[in-house]
Amino acid sequence: MTIAENSSKGGLLARSRIARREQINGWMFIMPALVLVGIFMIYPILWSLWMSFQVGRGMNLSFGGLSNIIRLTQDPILLRALFNTGIFLVVQVPIMLTLALIFASALNNPKLIGRGFFRTAIFLPCVTSLVAYSVLFKSMFAEDGVINAFLMWAHIIADPIPWLLDPFWARIVIISAITWRWTGYNMIFYLAALQNIDRSIYEAARIDGVPAWAQFLYITVPLLKPVILFTSVISTIGTLQLFDEIMNITNGGNPADSTLTLSVYIYNLTFRFMPSFGYAATVSYVIVIIVAILSYVQFLVARDRRA
Amino acid sequence: MTDSTSTLAASAARRTGGNMNWLRHVKSAFAYALLALAAFVSIFPFFWMIVGATNTSAQISTGKASFGDQLLINIANFLDQVDVVRITINSLIIAGAGTVATLLVTSLAGYAFEIFRSKFRERIFAAMLLMLSIPFAALMIPLFVMMSRFGLINTYQAVILPTVAWIFMIFYFRQATKAFPTELRDAAKIDGLKEWQIFAYVYFPVMRSTYAAAAIIAFMQHWNNYLWPLIVLQTNDMMTVTLVVATLNSAYTPDFGVIMVSAIFATLPTLIIFFVLQRLFVQGLLGSVK
Repeated sequence: MTIAENSSKGGLLARSRIARREQINGWMFIMPALVLVGIFMIYPILWSLWMSFQVGRGMNLSFGGLSNIIRLTQDPILLRALFNTGIFLVVQVPIMLTLALIFASALNNPKLIGRGFFRTAIFLPCVTSLVAYSVLFKSMFAEDGVINAFLMWAHIIADPIPWLLDPFWARIVIISAITWRWTGYNMIFYLAALQNIDRSIYEAARIDGVPAWAQFLYITVPLLKPVILFTSVISTIGTLQLFDEIMNITNGGNPADSTLTLSVYIYNLTFRFMPSFGYAATVSYVIVIIVAILSYVQFLVARDRRA
Repeated sequence: MTDSTSTLAASAARRTGGNMNWLRHVKSAFAYALLALAAFVSIFPFFWMIVGATNTSAQISTGKASFGDQLLINIANFLDQVDVVRITINSLIIAGAGTVATLLVTSLAGYAFEIFRSKFRERIFAAMLLMLSIPFAALMIPLFVMMSRFGLINTYQAVILPTVAWIFMIFYFRQATKAFPTELRDAAKIDGLKEWQIFAYVYFPVMRSTYAAAAIIAFMQHWNNYLWPLIVLQTNDMMTVTLVVATLNSAYTPDFGVIMVSAIFATLPTLIIFFVLQRLFVQGLLGSVK
């Protein structure tokens, strides 16, 4: 009896020693990442909250109370940046995801000839750096550039379109550019998800005489809902951070701030105009709050889906 | 009832068999046309980039889409205006060291989050996932002030350090670790291996394709990074390839021929990686959602 008691005690001790060692290892392995995240993410984000209550030029900051927040509500340029970012979000993301979904379902047909070629070709834009492709788009959409030359040759337009000089067209260029760069990326996610759908579902639908468009709408889309949600979240976050394209296609928001985004505005406030770090930090918190709200909405949608 | 409708539909389909065939041809022709158009639009800028490199600046800005004879002149001008060796070394150091550091730190963390579970660490992991969506613009001002206080402005470390603990990669490695057979770990433990030895000699070799895919994605990310290097790198001798492309592009009188050469130069490494390792590349992209 004592022996049994002893051994069970010993086992417990040994087990707790193992458990403790596991605990230590768990922390040791995570520590480097944790320290780096702490220094380069958590600390900056808290510091930036503190900064957003400070005013002054460059690094000579002093406490300014709510003055940055008051400035926020009276800033027409911020309003423009918000409006532009909103337009890019509402117009570009749905177009891109719809195109990606259509291409993916067309490519999911195993009998399609040249499937590998089409897939690689449509994915190819994802390989380019954001700066390099922006530079290409800027030259293609020049007033006398190749796009106008082609459209006029094809008699689609009579006069060249002032792509980068007109607010409306400049937005179209940015939207086309982002769509070009990211459609293939999203398509790959859809293709992978489509390949996991049992083909016999479509077989059954076809035998039941369900037309292709209804199969797409009532089978494909619902089954892909999680992936569609995932891609719309990453596209939304990406659009909120839009920077490289604006800097390199429309020179940081031209014409007349019609393509100015929040990220570019923060950059301008910090490094281009009279540096006002405090106010720039306040504006950066606008993005943080928007992202937080959108994440919360996404969480609600995800929960709904599970229910 | 479902049965009867399906029989009806089937017989209807049989009756209109000829018609359906015809319709199917139209549909597949439409699919091909759509895909061909998409492929054309996707490839055209690459074609434009290569053609542009062979034309003069004036020809490019007036939309000449045929090959010219300016390639060597454009390359010569590019080499003349840019210290290519220097910027390539800078980019390689930043992307190379950044990739190695990112892989090491994030794989350790991803592995540990999956293998050594505890309630508290699960909470940390969830908090990290929330941080995934913090935009870089919200961090860059404090980071810049921090770097200038450390005296790190215009150094490689300043570019690399904030990008090492890439949360997306931690997530990626945790997902991948779910496929790591626990029997291997148990066997190694019985053989008396320490935890770090298991990680280095069992996990790493077993997961090499995961690492390769992660390396591709991380290298691309670091090679193409623009906003942060733009802020912390300030002198010409520290410029990266990506920054040089942007600088040439924003010149007062841009030389489009040179810009095209620089764009090719910036795209080539990732393009080659893509064509050589296409399977791993796609796996790297998808890894985190499996």
